[in-house]
Amino acid sequence: MNYGDLAYGVAIPLIGVFLGLVYKGIDRRVSARMTSRIGPPIRQPFWDVGKLLVKETVQPENAVGWIYNAMPLFAFASSLTLLLYIPFGVLKAPLNGYGDLIIILYLLTLQGLSMAIGGFASGSPFSSVGAQREMVLMMSYEMPLATVIVGFALIYKSFSLGVIASAPVWWSVGPIAALGVALLFVALLVVTPAELAKLPFDIAEAETEIAEGMLAEYSGRNLALFYLSDAVRGFAMAALEVVLFFPFTLSSIAGLNLTGWPYYTVETLWFLFKVLVIYLVAVTLVRTSFGRFRIEQASRMFWAYVNIVALIGLLLVWMGV
Amino acid sequence: MSEKAHYYVPVGPIHPALKEPIRVEAKVQGEKIVEVDVKRGFAHRGIEYMGMKRNAIQTLYLSERICGICSISHPYAFVVTSEKALGIEAPPRAQYIRTIVAELERIHSHILWLGVVAHEIGFDPLLFWTWKGREKVLDVLELITGNRINYAMYMIGGVRRDLKEGHIKALRDMIDYYRKFNEQMKEVFLSDPAYKARTRGVAQLSKKMALELNVVGPTARAAGIRMDIRQDIPYDAYADMDVRAIVPQDFVSDPRGDAYDITVVRLYEIDQSLDIIEYCINELPEGKILAIDRYPVLLAKIKRTEGEAIGAHEAPRGEVIHYLKYDGTRNGPAVWKVIAPSYNNINSWAPLLLGAEVADIPVVVAYIDPCMCCNDRLALVKAEDGRVLDPGVLHRKAVEKTERIKRELGVRE
Repeated sequence: MNYGDLAYGVAIPLIGVFLGLVYKGIDRRVSARMTSRIGPPIRQPFWDVGKLLVKETVQPENAVGWIYNAMPLFAFASSLTLLLYIPFGVLKAPLNGYGDLIIILYLLTLQGLSMAIGGFASGSPFSSVGAQREMVLMMSYEMPLATVIVGFALIYKSFSLGVIASAPVWWSVGPIAALGVALLFVALLVVTPAELAKLPFDIAEAETEIAEGMLAEYSGRNLALFYLSDAVRGFAMAALEVVLFFPFTLSSIAGLNLTGWPYYTVETLWFLFKVLVIYLVAVTLVRTSFGRFRIEQASRMFWAYVNIVALIGLLLVWMGV
Repeated sequence: MSEKAHYYVPVGPIHPALKEPIRVEAKVQGEKIVEVDVKRGFAHRGIEYMGMKRNAIQTLYLSERICGICSISHPYAFVVTSEKALGIEAPPRAQYIRTIVAELERIHSHILWLGVVAHEIGFDPLLFWTWKGREKVLDVLELITGNRINYAMYMIGGVRRDLKEGHIKALRDMIDYYRKFNEQMKEVFLSDPAYKARTRGVAQLSKKMALELNVVGPTARAAGIRMDIRQDIPYDAYADMDVRAIVPQDFVSDPRGDAYDITVVRLYEIDQSLDIIEYCINELPEGKILAIDRYPVLLAKIKRTEGEAIGAHEAPRGEVIHYLKYDGTRNGPAVWKVIAPSYNNINSWAPLLLGAEVADIPVVVAYIDPCMCCNDRLALVKAEDGRVLDPGVLHRKAVEKTERIKRELGVRE
């Protein structure tokens, strides 16, 4: 590994954090406009993080100190690592070739898991209830998520994102399998808000029920780290969906013939646009049009309906390949 | 695992689900509530005592401050009671205007509740939308009374402001607006599967339980009990028309008394209020608006009066009952007792929460539209050994503490 790769590997997570916050700002703004409010300026998430960083970091008396303080770092580190595995449009992922979809699945789970462990370690009843809910929810949505990934492995005979991103999934399979892929996409879209703990699946944080649940006791720097990892996770999840389902380059659609810097600039902007669209559809639109489910309703929904959709998708893919 | 872990989930006095202070202590096993204790008394302000030190007109406007949101219910009950005790009657025009203002308030209070319950189930966009629709009635109230809230409109023996042509036109516009808006709200609330999933079967109060717990207002009507002060003991303009209690069996389905049914009751009561307002502006009589139009004369009459009365008004949350006694020595009430609907309705929390889930706490708490500052009439302070402290001891302790703080801070007189 040379210095250029190293610089690239440092730059991508930083850009990812920045973009995560920008997307969060756009999400808040769009959601506000949809409900006839003005909404905060798009730079508001940056101010929020800045404000949280200068605030006092309080640790509850009966918290398990080291776990309580380690978990935000853990979540943030795993979200940064996640960014190293996701190809940025035509730009290769910094750790391309070292990991695959399975590790991405692990890293996505790890963030929710560290929030739940942090919640249990907070020693507050609200956090404990929230953490329990998060565990139940995680057990519910992991199955459809894993099904989607298995579906892709079936098509490409590989878990590597580099291979998957190289050829759009829709053209590499027959019509039956394409229908299966569409069903997998629907399942992944439903899983997205749960994975990101957004409405209608923000059950573990439910403000009016358990006062932000797992995050109830977190403040200052720790909360800022959770906030950042949440922002990154939102961006990464949307980016992952784009890479899996919509890897089309602008050049191939519009027939552009670019090379060198213009090619990378245009394609990266195009990629960011696709991510934004997915983000707005899967997160903003959904969270603006639903109320919160109860945990057993959400759980039933994932285990029954979403699972069935994902499994039928998998079956179709298996038949089609 | 035989021994399951218990948690105490304290809801309140400060909690995002609550708009006012009260405490619900729930013992939770997993998501299930196995033990509940409801503690009230965080919003006691001694308002009845204050009222008994003032003259009746001042007390009338003090009564407007009892409740945070229905600022016409208590004055309405107060003027009705006062007029009974004094043996006077408001002129017909004033009676109609009072009814119009009370019904306007019912509309805004019900829309407020619909927004609050949407917020409690995490459906904030619905909260924004309903409250945006609520602005219209607040604008009309501001036009008629001069204030969005705390209208200072009523007077013993009438009202203080007359309705003019412009007001009536604004009212007609508003009625058209809400006829449409309420249809949209019915569509959104009653046919939305997500809303139904969170409210059907939640906070379910059977008719028997409702009668035993003595709940009032929409809470009782949702359980299928036909009770409404406007129907049972009509007063003012309500006596001239046929007001019928809104119960779910007349509109949607058999009553189950859950949070969904109470939504039905509240939505259809908005329609009913619009009908009442329409009737009132069509039939609005001409004439005076005050029985005794000079306040010193009124106060002098109160000072000469010896008598007591009980009066009631159907507030948006249920029946508000006032008891007043004039003893002929001062121009204000010698005894003033207020009974607010939330006092009865909060009784339903403990049985409803038992066996429910943590996720249902906000819905159970919100479905009666509780008003804590209405119902706290008494504050009981106990010493550490469980002994009840009397006011004298409390006063002495307060003085001692002030002295101590002054000493600590080095304040010199």
